Amino acid sequence: MALSKQDIEYVAKLARIKLTSKESEELTEQLSVCLDYFEMINAIDTSNIEPTSQANNLVNVTREDVVNENMSVDDVLKNAPEHFEGFIRIPKVID
Amino acid sequence: MKKIQPVIGLEVHVQLNTRSKMFCSCSRDYFNSEPNTKVCPVCLGMPGVLPVINKKAVNLTILTGLAFDCSISPISSFARKNYPYPDLVKGYQISQFEEPLCIGGKISFMLNNEISEVSLERIHLEEDTARLIHNNSTVQDSSLMDINRSGVPLMEVVSDPDMHSADQAIGYLKKLRQTLRYIDVSDADMEKGSFRCDANISVRYEGDKTLGNKVEVKNMNSFRSIHRAIETEIERQSKMLNAGEEIVQETRGFVDAKGITVSQRSKEQAHDYRYFPEPDLPPLFNSDLTISNLKTSLKELPNIKSKRFEKQYGLLSEESELLASTKQTADNFEESVKEYQKLLKNNTEIELAKTVANWYMGDIAKQLNQISPDAELQDTQVSPRHISELLQLIHKKQITVSSAKVVLEKMFNNEGTPSNIVDQEGLGQLNNTDAIIEIILNVIKNNEKAIRDYNSGKTSALGYLVGQVMKETRGRIDANEASQLLIKKISEKK
Repeated sequence: MALSKQDIEYVAKLARIKLTSKESEELTEQLSVCLDYFEMINAIDTSNIEPTSQANNLVNVTREDVVNENMSVDDVLKNAPEHFEGFIRIPKVID
Repeated sequence: MKKIQPVIGLEVHVQLNTRSKMFCSCSRDYFNSEPNTKVCPVCLGMPGVLPVINKKAVNLTILTGLAFDCSISPISSFARKNYPYPDLVKGYQISQFEEPLCIGGKISFMLNNEISEVSLERIHLEEDTARLIHNNSTVQDSSLMDINRSGVPLMEVVSDPDMHSADQAIGYLKKLRQTLRYIDVSDADMEKGSFRCDANISVRYEGDKTLGNKVEVKNMNSFRSIHRAIETEIERQSKMLNAGEEIVQETRGFVDAKGITVSQRSKEQAHDYRYFPEPDLPPLFNSDLTISNLKTSLKELPNIKSKRFEKQYGLLSEESELLASTKQTADNFEESVKEYQKLLKNNTEIELAKTVANWYMGDIAKQLNQISPDAELQDTQVSPRHISELLQLIHKKQITVSSAKVVLEKMFNNEGTPSNIVDQEGLGQLNNTDAIIEIILNVIKNNEKAIRDYNSGKTSALGYLVGQVMKETRGRIDANEASQLLIKKISEKK
């Protein structure tokens, strides 16, 4: 199995997701199956291939430094669960 | 006891002088804007949007790299830095990881009359985060988000752990800020948050090869507080090292009011950013042509300008450094010299520059300082040309130096050009000897005691008498001339 329960719990912590012990066990199993499947890719010999994170061969896709119209505040706040005096209001977070 | 060596590395975040944001066309001018008014789907982190790189931001970063002798990466790419905090709407920040735009380089500056050279690790480009407000009194249970700052182009300059004192760190930061302003990369204003510094600090015994555990100190918003935070943290760690205690690797915040650092994040919660290449942004290929074009556009840097001033105008190195401290001061000084030379063709540039330099470092600096510590002539109605006109009036003996100081002050109060002010205020120099002698005789008549003192050997009485003459003439007579005439007339009367 590619993953341990500790791995799952660590990833859950980083993602701020609370898991019960049962859920952790289930997910450990399910995610391990997925990872094992992707393990097949490792069978390919890539020693002569440059690493890449791009499949489309594009380079230097840039824009000129020009300002265009932005959204109205009303539209911005439409997707916010709550707002206050133009701000998006969220549960209190202190680092 | 073995001697302790502090080791300091600095990370500086600089907002770039662009018009639009890093990956979208929203205005980056968020300062003093109403919340959430400079926002679009890209910087709001909506699903399915596509960021596009701002070319100007890339060029400004490369320009900075060239100014500090960095090597510019031929291939550079962006990466996602993942962390869950609401100032990041996407859940990740687009930054650079393995392939930053600039690698290596150095910043040189003067420290205690010696050249100090601090090496750089890298300069990379990323996006600023949203602004969070935690202490609104009406909604105390909530935090408030303003997305305007999210996506503002942010350049991070990372030094090597190459500094050993708070003074050196400040010297480094001042040279960095000065250069960024010179080459128009950023207004680098700490108060406005466009120049922000975190310090990595560790201590070890001198001669040790390995570095001690480093502590990252945050929350400093002025040079003064950075200096204090570094000294405080060095002191805290040195005590622990001497007591044999373990220094925990952590992040600490500087509390300015108390002058202490406090722990913010413990080791257990150490960051795991899970960087991976940003799939939405193709890599940047920086051609030699692009780099050499940018190099050509690089303006004269402060150290080079200061050296030129020494040579061209025959100034001392401290004088040159002062006059080249900002690009505007340097430009104004040179403009005044040029204009002064036009008015006085028979004098050498070095002669004229000396006078101009003295006024810029003295009375003009004093006037500007009264406006603000960063004020330049551009913030006033006074032009470099007006300064040379004023100096020409002194040169031609149309006004005295002490009158000129009065005129200068009035120029800064928007009362007109030098000649206008002289006319309006009747400040023209008294060169008519008969009139001067009459005033002098009057002063002698009205100050019998001072004359007796002078005649009995109290030379200080002469200063008082000269002062009386200056007062009578409202400074319109040359003080040297007044003094000489007084001596002459007193001795004739004996």
